[in-house]
Amino acid sequence: MEKKKKKVKVIKIDVDKCNGCRACEVICSAFHSAPKYSGNNPARSRIRVHFDPLRNIYVPVLASHYTAAECAGRNTYIMDEKEHDECTFCGASCPSRELFKEPDSSLPLKCDMCEDDPPQEKPLCVQWCIDDALTYEEREEEVEEEVKLEELDIGLESLVDKYGLQKVVDTVARMSKKE
Amino acid sequence: MRYAETGFNLEIDLSRGSIERVETDPKLTELHFGGLGTNAKVLWDRVPPETEPFSPDNLLIFSTGLLGGTPAPGANRTIVSSFSPQTQLMAYSMMGGFFAPELKYAGYDKVIIRGHSPSLVYLWINNDRVEIRDAGYLQGKGALETTELIRQELKEPKAQVAAIGLAGEHKVYFASIEHMMRSASRLGLGAIMGGKGLKAIAVRGTKDLNIARPAEFIELCNEILKYIEWRREKPIKGVPPILATLGSPQEIAVKDENWHTTSFSWGNARQRRPDFWNEETEKKWAEIQDKSVERLISCYNCPMRCGGIIRHPELERYMMKCYSKLTYIMAAFADDLAFGFRIVGRAQEYGVDGFTTPQVMAFAVELYEAGILTDQDMPGFPSNKEERFFWLLEKIVRREGIGDILANGVYWAARQIGRGAEAYDHNTTKKHEQMVIKLGMLNPLFYLMYGTGEKLNITQIEGQIPQAPLPEDVREEFVKDWIQVPHKYEKEFKEFILKWENRGEYAFPFYPPIDVICKLVEWQETMHYIDDFTGVCAGLSSFPIKPPYHINNYPRIISAATGLDIDEAELWKIAKRNRNLVRAINIRRGLKRKDERPPEDHWKKRFPEYEAKLQDEYYKFKGWNNEGVPTKETLNQLGLDYVSEDLEQRRIL
Repeated sequence: MEKKKKKVKVIKIDVDKCNGCRACEVICSAFHSAPKYSGNNPARSRIRVHFDPLRNIYVPVLASHYTAAECAGRNTYIMDEKEHDECTFCGASCPSRELFKEPDSSLPLKCDMCEDDPPQEKPLCVQWCIDDALTYEEREEEVEEEVKLEELDIGLESLVDKYGLQKVVDTVARMSKKE
Repeated sequence: MRYAETGFNLEIDLSRGSIERVETDPKLTELHFGGLGTNAKVLWDRVPPETEPFSPDNLLIFSTGLLGGTPAPGANRTIVSSFSPQTQLMAYSMMGGFFAPELKYAGYDKVIIRGHSPSLVYLWINNDRVEIRDAGYLQGKGALETTELIRQELKEPKAQVAAIGLAGEHKVYFASIEHMMRSASRLGLGAIMGGKGLKAIAVRGTKDLNIARPAEFIELCNEILKYIEWRREKPIKGVPPILATLGSPQEIAVKDENWHTTSFSWGNARQRRPDFWNEETEKKWAEIQDKSVERLISCYNCPMRCGGIIRHPELERYMMKCYSKLTYIMAAFADDLAFGFRIVGRAQEYGVDGFTTPQVMAFAVELYEAGILTDQDMPGFPSNKEERFFWLLEKIVRREGIGDILANGVYWAARQIGRGAEAYDHNTTKKHEQMVIKLGMLNPLFYLMYGTGEKLNITQIEGQIPQAPLPEDVREEFVKDWIQVPHKYEKEFKEFILKWENRGEYAFPFYPPIDVICKLVEWQETMHYIDDFTGVCAGLSSFPIKPPYHINNYPRIISAATGLDIDEAELWKIAKRNRNLVRAINIRRGLKRKDERPPEDHWKKRFPEYEAKLQDEYYKFKGWNNEGVPTKETLNQLGLDYVSEDLEQRRIL
């Protein structure tokens, strides 16, 4: 398979440098409001600081993927004698919590690295974190180019795996007759 | 649509248990902006001057500032206003943190509380749902403990909580309202809250806040951040390290405490110790500080890291900021920094003002040493300096024994104790404890600030000019990029910095000329007023030298955020309107010219005739009559006709 260069965007999070000011939440929600910067609301931010001063826990977490189901099991981490709650390090928008969902519609939120035209030099949360808890890196990685399947292909492929090609073809034919 | 503000207040009556969401008049925003300005307007309109501070008719207002919760860096202050049990005048205190922004996101600019709950309650504001809830189980709990318990009860770890401790419940006249190390601590607002039977307010908000001209506004915010970064590389030259940086100030980050420990007085504002700070102390204190401070932390949307998470082996973790690190140590003559970290943790849980409390305790120790208070008054009073302070703290916050008298502050306690105790009340102005500075030569700027300041706290009036003449070799550089100076006074202020000396013709008290003194005082005080209606922290604006927010960029920032197009002249005018309204409120409550004096021993060298002239000229400059009352002309020019009419009816004008 052919090799291809891919740009990987990374926000590095140094939890020891986080001061808990939540400027990242402020500017993220402002940038993503429409028109841009017309409003702000940390509850809409795609980065949230997990924040527990009395246990000295400050962990900025970026919104990642949406998932329809919550995890089967849960993990807790103990670091420097501090026990972190379940889900502290997870960026998923999932049914187990309100985090990373629009507060009014519950639609999932996901970090897009502040895609903009013209492009931003760095994601806004990094720009506004002048204490450098958040820093930005771009690197190139060589990846094997894979043929990307369309969503429908993926779905059909799994049906074929399960029922066999003939059965799927028959079913589709029968359904098209009915219509 | 309303921009930067929500346009709604919450009106709570604790006697009737009623909750109302009230739309506010946009015209009032135009006239007073938010925060302190509209707080003063509400207090003028709704609290008659004869109202006792503990009366159910007194109001307690928690307000956001006009820019609070917007992306403007450091716009996070909660401005709490009421009337003080200690001074009987308007009480005036602010706190940083996360409370005000959360209140904006919940959809409110202010919470206005009247009445008096028959049992201890707390208020839970969750967007549109607002409840008065039972706080019986929180009685006697510490402020941080209360915060944790409420979050657990509500299952809402993101709720922001402002709470009182034991001192507020017992109506200690210097009880504070605490919010995660930040506190509205001056003038007994915690006592007013306790008197109303309100243990805490918890708030959670997930709504949007709108900006009128987004692109322009965010550009200005970016400039503020860039300037903060730039200033990190460029501390002010020729001033002590603690004054060279931005922030409010950087007590937890900076370890060089030479300036505070040697310039300020120890004990009951008595004794300076110019030799205290030496290499050995510096090393020992730095070790303790490194061991005690786990992390430097900030308030909402501010990179300044003025606070720290404190770990002390005897205490639960807590947060500390600013100068209380030193106030207890110096008042107790305790030379150990660890004592500071130990007692502040306790005092904050009880919810007392870190500024007044140590002074009250040092005053009590002096009275004991002088035999005015005896073992009969203070049975079991320890002999160790540090233990004495802990002993007094426990008595005061419970109003137990002598603590019941001391809980009224130095002025009232001195008069209740009698037997010559009045002579030991030497550091109060308008019945309120002042900065523990005892100096040689009269400082004419501070003279006016101490005397006429309505906020009764010099750190809430001064800022922006160095505390002493700059070394000659840095003056030119200082004035070269001094962009913060108002254009109308630029020439005079720069000349003052260039010429100002410690001795001779260009030294205090007769330099600068009185008209320049008046302008310098007015400028610095005005910047604090602007911060208090915008909700921007003084640590990024009115308090440090060369701050990112100043009179020349504020109009653009406020205009872009709110859509109200104001220029510099209009901003001065609004600040002046609010300044005069606050003054009128206090005049109506009996404030007199004779009250407007700094502590008698604040400076060794005093000049009674010159001081009287300073006061005369400053009153004139402000448009006040010789009694310090704003003239009819001044008030009417500011659109405060209803104020001048009221003062005339009362025969004050």
